[in-house]
Amino acid sequence: MDVTTNIKPGNALDVARIRQDFPLLSRKMNGKPIVFLDSAASSQKPEKVIDAISEYYRAQHANVHRGVYQLSQDATTAFEAVREKVRDFINAPASEEVIFVRGVTEGINLVASSFGRKFLREGDEVLITAMEHHSNIVPWQMICEEKGASLKVAPINEAGELIMEEFERLLSDRTRLVAATHVSNTLGTINPIREMVQMAHAKGIPVLVDGAQAAPHMKVDVQELDADFYTFSGHKVFGPTGIGVLYGRAKWLNAMPPYHGGGEMIKTVTFEKTTYAGLPHKFEAGTPDIAGVIGLGAAIDYVLEIGQDAITQYENQLLAYATERLKEVEGIRFIGTARNKASVASFLVEGIHPYDLGAILDKMGIAVRTGHHCTQPLMDWYGIPGTVRASLAFYNTTEDIDRLVEGVKKAVAMLR
Amino acid sequence: MLRAETNYKKLSINDIQNEIIEEFSLFGDWMEKYEYIIDLGKSLPLIDEQYKDEEHLIRGCQSQVWLHAEMDNGQVAFTADSDAVITKGIIALLVRVLSHQKPEAVAGADLYFIDRIGLKEHLSPTRSNGLLSMVKQMKLYGLALQAK
Repeated sequence: MDVTTNIKPGNALDVARIRQDFPLLSRKMNGKPIVFLDSAASSQKPEKVIDAISEYYRAQHANVHRGVYQLSQDATTAFEAVREKVRDFINAPASEEVIFVRGVTEGINLVASSFGRKFLREGDEVLITAMEHHSNIVPWQMICEEKGASLKVAPINEAGELIMEEFERLLSDRTRLVAATHVSNTLGTINPIREMVQMAHAKGIPVLVDGAQAAPHMKVDVQELDADFYTFSGHKVFGPTGIGVLYGRAKWLNAMPPYHGGGEMIKTVTFEKTTYAGLPHKFEAGTPDIAGVIGLGAAIDYVLEIGQDAITQYENQLLAYATERLKEVEGIRFIGTARNKASVASFLVEGIHPYDLGAILDKMGIAVRTGHHCTQPLMDWYGIPGTVRASLAFYNTTEDIDRLVEGVKKAVAMLR
Repeated sequence: MLRAETNYKKLSINDIQNEIIEEFSLFGDWMEKYEYIIDLGKSLPLIDEQYKDEEHLIRGCQSQVWLHAEMDNGQVAFTADSDAVITKGIIALLVRVLSHQKPEAVAGADLYFIDRIGLKEHLSPTRSNGLLSMVKQMKLYGLALQAK
């Protein structure tokens, strides 16, 4: 491929060696070596994460924050060390502002429920964008309905970029919170969060950022972004499922009521009155997912070891390569062509339903996501039933892309 | 569809299933099988346009299905459609098996052919393409029409 050799990813990463860290990548699907292009849904796990979880259960497990015996103390130390690791990973000011949750969905629900109960009144507004995942729409609809508040949606252009003038115009005296994705899971668009936060803060409005698709691909600095809340999921950053992080500015978290009640989140309990624990425990009722936290710590270590800048650089090159090669497919239409994009190629082929394409690619051992990607309003806006989405991680190669392109061409020939 | 009505009218549900299994055993690999299904999906006009409305829609996450049932000479006649061609091809097979059968036979049908021809993944709940709900709905029609 003469056209494409000059944009093939360089030597930013030793991907052949990296792939050996991921046992799943050497398996087959439908009898063919798997081409895994669905990391935006969930990434694969390196051996170090798998080992950390298993080692934890073999040798370190006891409940945290409870026992005076050494085992429990050690488990607590390991658990809290990960909180500090996460703090550093996103450059949060203090580790008490790092709350362990199940994932982004729970992180957003926590803020919608707690912040909403405290600060939303009838007639108030919450502002989101047109490219949000259902997890950053539905929790706001639920609390808005309960409070008689309304949900406003900042529009996008055809390329899938937020229209900044409209966004700014929609920040009103009644806006109590902005909730926006850092990177769109369907389009790959990277939103200008720093500018959005500046606009919102100029009117005294706090901002929650859904970082699910950003944390796996780039260095996140919550202080530089100046975000009030930032949430990401462990399973998308090569860690285990069921664990995630909500960063919140202490000023807000302290003002918000607890989300769940139970053990761990209390200071004193009588049948008449309970007083709550301070941060972060106020928001961590019940026994946490300790093994998940340990696994997340191992995942962060792994990502840092590879290097976030190298990851971003390699993935950008790979995405450019994928986009260029996919253009060879006759009738292809890219959904999401923002100037600033990360790791997602979403597309349709003229006259072909995404489901059909996905079903045939599956038979060829190629894992892509098809459908609406939990962004139905966005699909409605484009007037399409869904897309085929190839999403990349640093363990993907140009060979993966080549097989995808050949697969799509073959499938199109069968379906036309 | 016309072919199905005339040729298979007198065959039982299981006879037709066995026939399909035999037909599929001739295919060498998955590509031939899928090409056949795609052809089925492309060639058959499966439903009257008037029934492609909200009332007849079975929404899947991945693809959508429209299903209509009516009684014809004591038998249930199904017509259906989908926006995805592979889904539509499988619908053609399901219609061939279940249409123009007695309601009680439809309600009690054991649809083993899908598994035997190696297409069961299309009827898995995780595929969410509307097919599984469609099969349930077809059987419910069988039950409801039996009572009439």
